[in-house]
Amino acid sequence: MAEHKRIDEATGTTTVGHEWDGIEELNTPLPRWWLWTFYATIVWGLAYVVLYPAWPMVNRATEGVLGWSSRGDLVKEMAADAKRRAPTVNAIAATALADLPAQPQLMQAAVQGGGAAFRVHCVQCHGAGGAGVKNLYPSLTDDDWLWGGDLASIEYTVTHGIRNPDHKDTRTSLMPAFGRDGILDAAQIGDVVSFVRVISRQEKASAASARGAALFADNCAVCHGAGGQGGRQFGAPKLTDAIWLYGGDRDSLTATVNQPRNGVMPRWGGRLDPVTIKMLSAYVYSLGGGEKGLAPVAEGTGADGQP
Amino acid sequence: MDGLVTKAGGWLALALLALVAAAVAVDAPFAVHMVIVALACLIALWATVSRADFDGIARGILKMPADQGVYDDDPIRWGVIATLFWGIAGMAAGLYIALQLAFPALNLEFEYTTFGRLRPLHTSAVIFAFGGNALIATSFYVVQRTCRARLAFPTLARFVFWGYQLFIVLAATGYLMGVTEAKEYAEPEWYVDLWLTIVWVAYLVVFAGTIVKRREPHIYVANWFYLSFIITIAMLHLVNNLSMPASIFGSKSYAAFAGVQDALTQWWYGHNAVGFFLTAGFLAMMYYFVPKQAERPVYSYRLSIIHFWSLIFLYIWAGPHHLHYTALPDWAQTLGMVFSVILWMPSWGGMINGLMTLNGAWDKIRTDPIIRMMVMALAFYGMSTFEGPMMSIKWVNSMSHYTDWTIGHVHSGALGWNGMITFACVYYLVPRLWGRPRLYSLRMVNWHFWLATVGIVFYAASMWVAGIMQGLMWREYGADGYLVYSFAESVAAMHPMYLIRATGGAMYLAGFLIMIANVWATLGGKVRAEKPMTETPYNAAADRPLVPVPAE
Repeated sequence: MAEHKRIDEATGTTTVGHEWDGIEELNTPLPRWWLWTFYATIVWGLAYVVLYPAWPMVNRATEGVLGWSSRGDLVKEMAADAKRRAPTVNAIAATALADLPAQPQLMQAAVQGGGAAFRVHCVQCHGAGGAGVKNLYPSLTDDDWLWGGDLASIEYTVTHGIRNPDHKDTRTSLMPAFGRDGILDAAQIGDVVSFVRVISRQEKASAASARGAALFADNCAVCHGAGGQGGRQFGAPKLTDAIWLYGGDRDSLTATVNQPRNGVMPRWGGRLDPVTIKMLSAYVYSLGGGEKGLAPVAEGTGADGQP
Repeated sequence: MDGLVTKAGGWLALALLALVAAAVAVDAPFAVHMVIVALACLIALWATVSRADFDGIARGILKMPADQGVYDDDPIRWGVIATLFWGIAGMAAGLYIALQLAFPALNLEFEYTTFGRLRPLHTSAVIFAFGGNALIATSFYVVQRTCRARLAFPTLARFVFWGYQLFIVLAATGYLMGVTEAKEYAEPEWYVDLWLTIVWVAYLVVFAGTIVKRREPHIYVANWFYLSFIITIAMLHLVNNLSMPASIFGSKSYAAFAGVQDALTQWWYGHNAVGFFLTAGFLAMMYYFVPKQAERPVYSYRLSIIHFWSLIFLYIWAGPHHLHYTALPDWAQTLGMVFSVILWMPSWGGMINGLMTLNGAWDKIRTDPIIRMMVMALAFYGMSTFEGPMMSIKWVNSMSHYTDWTIGHVHSGALGWNGMITFACVYYLVPRLWGRPRLYSLRMVNWHFWLATVGIVFYAASMWVAGIMQGLMWREYGADGYLVYSFAESVAAMHPMYLIRATGGAMYLAGFLIMIANVWATLGGKVRAEKPMTETPYNAAADRPLVPVPAE
């Protein structure tokens, strides 16, 4: 290393006099704008830590002279919005669910609020538009309801859930695992499936379906009804239409009879407040498949809300 | 001979120990890892007893020149090759997971190829394998030249290289098998962490030892940055990975911290991995290679002192800005934000010192594609280090947090700054390390530059749009006071942005493949006949340690 200062020709600046592997350093002063911006950020920082909570002390941190806290901020914002929405929310709370469709504006507000809650809590299974997921979760947009599609039934389902073992009032039923538990043998299951496919008009009547009819009457009709028209007190689906939650082809039906799914839905009572549940019910009701008092805004006649 | 027997016996004993550990392992990934360790020991054993001239064989394969007894450059040559090798792996994995986000079917419904496992593979491969090898190789190169001394402890330096590669292999295979501490950028489990600790301490010993035996009275600024990077990473790594293994023969461990303390420790680590690995370490590269390539003195010695110490002091406090609006107490959030904003100018000091070093050589941007890469790297460094403090402001962060804006920010830094400066340094190093007259083709460097630059623009711009769109959609309330969009709707809205991002990534990778071809041809001793561009001359006579002169 050669310790010699020199003036760099291109810049006219003196070098520091050090040299490493050919690299020299200029003795350029700190750029003023850089230095003053640096000072400015430091001054701003000092002011900020006085104004806001910043320094950890022995038991608690300094609170800042503005008295701001993120929790306090949130509480304030939520309170302001709650106040703004209070008239609508109170009106919905004061109105019986069955009377909602008679008040188009209130119903509209409930459907909006329910939609928001649906997008947070329900879309994970039922899909963004409530169309369900094939072979897993039912569509809420058609008029085929397992547990009932009027306002009161929907509210009950939302509040108490389906097959919640730890909840007395939950909707519950248990289709036996006919195959797995050996209630029917494979040939008998084939016959029952043939019968179900005949009543759903997917197959022509046959000897198998005739044998299946008897088995159906003995084993299935108690829930699904003598003609397979379904039974809502058990959430037993209608077997005569083209809508199948777990598939209507021979393989899927055989799998279901062998070992049914007995789907589960969480209960929202206690997790969501009653007004939200009411709004959710209104939203699901509005999706297109609601029974009795359809198109409440246009008709305005009101639903009787009978279960 | 006794020494040889002891060494061989030692390797055999280690291999057997690893095999025993594999046999009694409580989980399959641990067994796989112990078999890998045993194989590594057996390779070392074979290398010891066969006593073949491995340096000679490596020279044959990598077409390396013989050691001229000037500087100890063999580990650096290996490091350059390793940098490029892991670069391909890491960038290809990145492109693949970018495509997975646009087309989820590419997860292939196969546990080893899901996004969750490939993502840490990508981040670790580009940061620690590509970036880490570049840092180790350039630090060994720079410290020898600026200290005018050969590496202290040459055997230990070779151990650092191979030990680090073993760390990478254990980490990468672990991610694929689902072994993780679930700490971002610190995913490897306890036994891999212990191994890295050993390697890192050896690295510190080699580096500091070389500085101690220097023949220059002063320590060059690049070495300050390298040293701060090595020491701080050691500290971060040790504290963040404090954990208790569930079994000494298993791959699972439990962190020493829990809850918000764990989160804060993790982001103290995570942010300073950015600060000391990706900023300080790469600034060290910049401080040597930019003045060398530009053939100009460093802009300001005073600025380098002030910005070094302010950067080192301020960075370490900025981590809490990763936890705004979480369970972290308000006071810690405030401090994280304040230190991040004050960090803005110290970060920019490095950019100013790099860019202004071109004073008197600005014409090289037009004629020298390597200088162009360095300038672009410094420009992206400046942008990211402005964007970072801005995003740490709580008001901005309330929208940008958890969105793809963060991903865009990280990549404008990683692709623009770390990637570009590494490419430039490798282009500088390859002809010099392999004794070639020049690179195979400077025009290919130019192609690489443009592909990479346009790729980054696609990447960063699409992620800005995506991030701001997400932030706005998530907080969009209707007049009735309810959220307008469901999360899934914001995911669906990202699709076009994800396609643009993958396009940008593909361009960046394409540029890198051109680099591989160029380096490959240079190693082969080929020189492409092309219209010349600016060359930075190489004086072989000056590239050697100072000969001690007895006092008169």
